[in-house]
Amino acid sequence: MSHDNISDDKLPEAHDASEGHGHLAVADDPFADPGLPAHEPRRTDIDERAAKRAERQVSGMFILSMLATVGFIASYASINPDKLVYIFPLGHVSALNFALGMTLAVALFCIGAGAVHWARTLMSDVEMPAERHPIEADDEVRADVIQQFKTGAAESGFGRRKMIRNTLIGSMAMVPLSGVVLLRDLGPLPEKKLDSTDWSEATPSAPIRLVNMNTDEPMKAEDIVVGSLTFAKPGPSALRPNGLQDSDEDFQEAIAKDALMLIRIQPEDLKDEKSAALGFEGVLCYSKICTHVGCPISLYEQQTHHALCPCHQSTFDLSDGARVIFGPAGHPLPQLKISTDSDGYLVATQDFTVPVGPSFWERSA
Amino acid sequence: MSSSTSTKQTAPASTRAKPANKGEAAADWVDGRLGIYSLAKANLRKIFPDHWSFMLGEICLYTFVIIILTGVYLTLFFKPSMGEVVYNGSYAPLNGIRMSEAYESTLNISFEVRGGLLIRQIHHWAAIVFVAAMFVHMMRVFFTGAFRKPREINWVFGFLLLCLGFFDGFMGYSLPDDLLSGTGIRFMEGAVLAVPLVGTYIQMFLFGGPFPGTDVIPRFFTIHVLLIPGIMLGLLVAHLILVFYHKHTQWAGPGKTEQNVVGMPLMPVYMAKAGGFFFLVFGIIAAMSAIASVNPVWAYGPYRPDQVSTDAQPDWYMGFAEGLIRVMPGWEIRAWGHTLNLGVFIPLMLFPLVLALIALYPFIEGWITGDKREHHILDRPRNAPVRTGLGAAWIALYLVLLLGGGNDLVATHFHLSLNDITYFVRAGSFVIPIIVFYVTKRWCLGLQRRDRDKVLHGRETGVIKRLPHGEFIEIHAQLPQGRLHTLTSHEQPEPLELPAEVDENGVARKVGLLTKTRAKLSAGYFGEGGQIPKPTVEEHQEITSGHGHH
Repeated sequence: MSHDNISDDKLPEAHDASEGHGHLAVADDPFADPGLPAHEPRRTDIDERAAKRAERQVSGMFILSMLATVGFIASYASINPDKLVYIFPLGHVSALNFALGMTLAVALFCIGAGAVHWARTLMSDVEMPAERHPIEADDEVRADVIQQFKTGAAESGFGRRKMIRNTLIGSMAMVPLSGVVLLRDLGPLPEKKLDSTDWSEATPSAPIRLVNMNTDEPMKAEDIVVGSLTFAKPGPSALRPNGLQDSDEDFQEAIAKDALMLIRIQPEDLKDEKSAALGFEGVLCYSKICTHVGCPISLYEQQTHHALCPCHQSTFDLSDGARVIFGPAGHPLPQLKISTDSDGYLVATQDFTVPVGPSFWERSA
Repeated sequence: MSSSTSTKQTAPASTRAKPANKGEAAADWVDGRLGIYSLAKANLRKIFPDHWSFMLGEICLYTFVIIILTGVYLTLFFKPSMGEVVYNGSYAPLNGIRMSEAYESTLNISFEVRGGLLIRQIHHWAAIVFVAAMFVHMMRVFFTGAFRKPREINWVFGFLLLCLGFFDGFMGYSLPDDLLSGTGIRFMEGAVLAVPLVGTYIQMFLFGGPFPGTDVIPRFFTIHVLLIPGIMLGLLVAHLILVFYHKHTQWAGPGKTEQNVVGMPLMPVYMAKAGGFFFLVFGIIAAMSAIASVNPVWAYGPYRPDQVSTDAQPDWYMGFAEGLIRVMPGWEIRAWGHTLNLGVFIPLMLFPLVLALIALYPFIEGWITGDKREHHILDRPRNAPVRTGLGAAWIALYLVLLLGGGNDLVATHFHLSLNDITYFVRAGSFVIPIIVFYVTKRWCLGLQRRDRDKVLHGRETGVIKRLPHGEFIEIHAQLPQGRLHTLTSHEQPEPLELPAEVDENGVARKVGLLTKTRAKLSAGYFGEGGQIPKPTVEEHQEITSGHGHH
């Protein structure tokens, strides 16, 4: 801040040179360190009226904070949590959330702004140097400590009694194993749990119907129109007499593997004979679970028969055995062989031939 | 017989007169128990240098405090349970829907608990700002060389805090058990399964059975509120103790040396500024939470493994992991009855590798320079072009991967082909950091040249003078000595030189590969292309001493 227009007698005493301020330049080396620059007084250091004004500003902010806290409590007590208000440009927002948030923000911010303004205008802004000391100990201390350590080590006999030392290291290395073993009951062993789904209950003599995910009704081939994507789940079986229901205790685990998607493709568009043979009259049934990391596939492009996983964009060509044509998935979507029962409903008579979902080390197909 | 032992103890002779007031008396009492005077002697007027960039670390500290405060509040209402309930609450669109108690209690916090939504929003916003502030704070420390001796260990502490911040953020994001967070957990499960040999075992133990089971939310809850914050608190305290112990770094300038620290005392200026800044940060985050909605879980619905919404995104700081997993080609090796899922496993390994290189950087640079001295004066980024280039390249890699992690959003917002963006990111992950490195390095060298010109020829005044013979020149003004000192005080290390191939006896000297690598790297850092020689006193005097001066 400039103080050209202030007479010398109004300026505070220059600071002591011992503080390191205002050293003169070293004449023969233009790059030498001239020392700390002299302290420049601020307006509030010189002008008592400015200082008073700053004091009022600081107190004003603290008072504003108090008022905002009162506002916070009043909002909490008076505003209905369900009330919505229109606030430009936010749109319709919860009145309570907005009022509480803004009053809290003002209450907190004003304390901070007041404190910082106080520090900047009224507290001393004289910069002071402080000495640093090297982190490292000097040679004498170092030698002394090393000697003490050697004495201690010699007294322990750690280096001399090698049998004790080695068995100690061994036991210390072994003892954490107990902690690892204790974690064993966190979960079951994998065994074959990832290999099969609820569809493994289906046999040619006891087929399981495919049930529409939205309507909970069994489906016929003619219900599936070309260009549509239909999601399905297992119908009644010996294990689940009512089919897979939301209320089943293990619904989440089951649907994570059982979910199906059904599409219908014109016979001339089918590129893979093996895949076509697993379908029924052009209706193909694939696992809905992406083979990348297991997100459900939900985007289908009817013109190209491409299905896309919205999480990581793996793209599968459903007309070509769900081959991966783009993205990070490593293998095709598993296909479920379907046929019809005596009433004409779509059924499965066997499980997927390969495990559903993301791949894992023990996966063989 | 020694019966003369007196039970009456006399107080040790104190030369101090009676305390002047009650405050001093209270301080005396505490000092007798805790020894506060000796503690305060060193710290009450401890000097802190002032620069705006030093507040970045403060933002980290304060947001961490805010996260803990609001987190405690949330645990009073949140039920970390996957037990299923049918929702019947004040958010009508979800009435009659089955959901976990975790999701239901999150809805209750948002709609029924007065102020609950605000605290949830503050918690999430503070977490986002916390990680962002750690990133920027880390960049500040990196680009200014503040990580050099004696602060390498504190760099590692900070790095660990950043990594733990990532994971705790991910877990916190998962707890509400909404459709988006469940998708994130599914991604993690797929990644765990890709680990060879033990992946399926880790998966079963983590989830307590096949995905998703009923254990993962309560387990994440314990890790999120207890384990990781506990470790972070310990690391944070250690981090701050070291900052106190080392004293703060400072920029070069008149009066500032490696042996001192120049600034204002802790009491009162720094106390008021830093203490006040906590309230500023808290106030701003409260305002953000009142204005901008983050993670509206009610809009997503409860998690079901067969459902998903489009533009499924993690919080931004996990974006580079998401990018890695999205742009990696789907490589899978099937042999001997096993599957090695490289398409997921390689990104899973690159994630910590990209981070570990940052953690090790102070040691790598220390090895290349062979510099064993303490450094307290900061480097201007331009004066360390290779380091600055490496930092910029790392940020470029991060941003490219973030672009890959949001490829669906980029595709829909900018009407681009999703596939093209992915191909671009695949190539860009390799090419762009290299380009950025060279551009940044040259940019730094250009700025060094400008500094050199300024020192030797002075600053431009904007005053045009016409000489008697008609020529127009601009008058340059000499810089004051303080500026000259600031611009020339940085060091310019010499590159390491290999010892002569033969020693003084003519015997071939063996130079190891490691030494050769080190010399090459050192030449890259400090050789001809690595820095512009700074002006010398002689050059300055030559130009300023009369002829040629303009």
